Amino acid sequence: MRRNTFSAVAVLAAATLSLAACGGSSSSGTPSASSSSGPSGEITVFAAASLTGSFTNLGKAFEAENPGTKVTFSFGPSSGLAEQIDQGAPADVFASAATKNMDQVVEAGNASNPVAFANNTMEIAVPADNPAGVDSLDDLTNKDVKVVLCAQDVPCGVSARAVFKNAGITVTPVSNEVDVKSTLSKITLGEADAGLVYVTDVKAAGDKVSGIEIPADDNATTTYPIASLKNSKNADLAQAFVDYVLSDKGTAELGTAGFSKP
Amino acid sequence: MMALDRGDRPGRRDRDLRITTRTPWPMMLPALVAVLFLLLPLAGLLVRAPWTDLPQLLSEPEAFQALRLSLVCATAATGLSLFFGIPLAWILARSRRPGISVLRALVTLPLVLPPVVGGVALLVALGRRGLVGRYLDEWFGYSLPFTTTAVILAETFVAMPFLVITVEGALRTANQGLEEAAATLGSKPFATFRRVTLPLIAPSLVAGSVLTWARALGEFGATITFAGNFPGTTQTMPLKIYLLIQNDPDAGIALSLVMLLVSVAALALLRDRWLSSGARL
Repeated sequence: MRRNTFSAVAVLAAATLSLAACGGSSSSGTPSASSSSGPSGEITVFAAASLTGSFTNLGKAFEAENPGTKVTFSFGPSSGLAEQIDQGAPADVFASAATKNMDQVVEAGNASNPVAFANNTMEIAVPADNPAGVDSLDDLTNKDVKVVLCAQDVPCGVSARAVFKNAGITVTPVSNEVDVKSTLSKITLGEADAGLVYVTDVKAAGDKVSGIEIPADDNATTTYPIASLKNSKNADLAQAFVDYVLSDKGTAELGTAGFSKP
Repeated sequence: MMALDRGDRPGRRDRDLRITTRTPWPMMLPALVAVLFLLLPLAGLLVRAPWTDLPQLLSEPEAFQALRLSLVCATAATGLSLFFGIPLAWILARSRRPGISVLRALVTLPLVLPPVVGGVALLVALGRRGLVGRYLDEWFGYSLPFTTTAVILAETFVAMPFLVITVEGALRTANQGLEEAAATLGSKPFATFRRVTLPLIAPSLVAGSVLTWARALGEFGATITFAGNFPGTTQTMPLKIYLLIQNDPDAGIALSLVMLLVSVAALALLRDRWLSSGARL
């Protein structure tokens, strides 16, 4: 009786495992057809939160140019995405907001030959009515000014702290947000007086926030690398998307968002 | 599982074994899978734990700070929940007014609401530009977000319904004859509540408090959305763990173990008080 139960469990467990395996590889049936008529199937792109707007547009344009393809995005802090990829998350492409996080993925053997595709710089973002009257980096040192930053391990947080170091100032934030979009949302909602985000985020937020330029000498530039991932179930399509981002169309779309060419 | 059997079957040890063999195997298999599914991730945490570096990882001042803040805020949130939740539960259980069931559904909404949504709701209500929050700012120059108070409020918002439904259930099933007896003997309503009703529902009160405290302790979504994240002020353990996992997984796992330990302790307390003394949800 006991024995039977155990073997039954084993059978069930095996069945569950093979079922799970099937689920994971469901997209692998498609690429065989792709060799003749361009890429098809689905891919998942892990991209830095700051790429949310431009990559969503690029994904739509890519799908339109390549009927039968579907690009799904997961946007988040590059540090978190890199960690997820190294833990085996099913991603096909990784676009990072910093070389450091891409290097982590490459070192873990999950990607090779990343290519830089965009540069971004920092800007001070304030709510449209600028309640604290911020107009320079020095104003952020004022204790009455509520400053939000990205957490110090997230690329936008690293850049923000580099800017303060360049400017020789010390800023104590009221909150270390998980990524650049949540930093920005505290400003668009008017809960914080100022924050350091990317130029592209200020642009994307439209008239809800205004940007205050940081002098070039103090500013920090981050380079965005992109790579297709080793564990991709659809390597052809993954590479096709990477190529699309690097193409003139991709560069143009990123340019509209405020990114510069690396 | 064993604890559930214990109540109606005395002499549990030997009887439990016989119950197990009598369980029909179509039930047995899914149950086993469920147990594995629930325990495997926790086992994973234990296996992956950086045992050798553990003392060093846990002695980081920031980790201690986050744990302290978590405990303080969860306790404060439980206190608020008790102070405001017990009267609310009493009204929900005893009032005959029309619309009381609608009210019950509304105030327990945070139970099913995603906590992040709760955080956004708190922000637009109590934030500096919020419905009520703007007057706090205008009149007193005070704004809630990014303060420890905001953490406590976020946790209370999410956790108080647990207390309310637990206590309300107990009040419904409590013997009202005793309250009536007290009343006929001249006890005033509030005195009756304090000296008869409260002792009657004490076990549920404890169970509800532990549930509320545990829920508050684990709060993440509403906290990070409404209160933000800053060490010592608003960074509770779940927030700290979330950020650590992205950058230093070992340290994140070490702190997760601490949370696991605290949860097990809370559960032990809950099991003893809740399942053995006849309190009901």
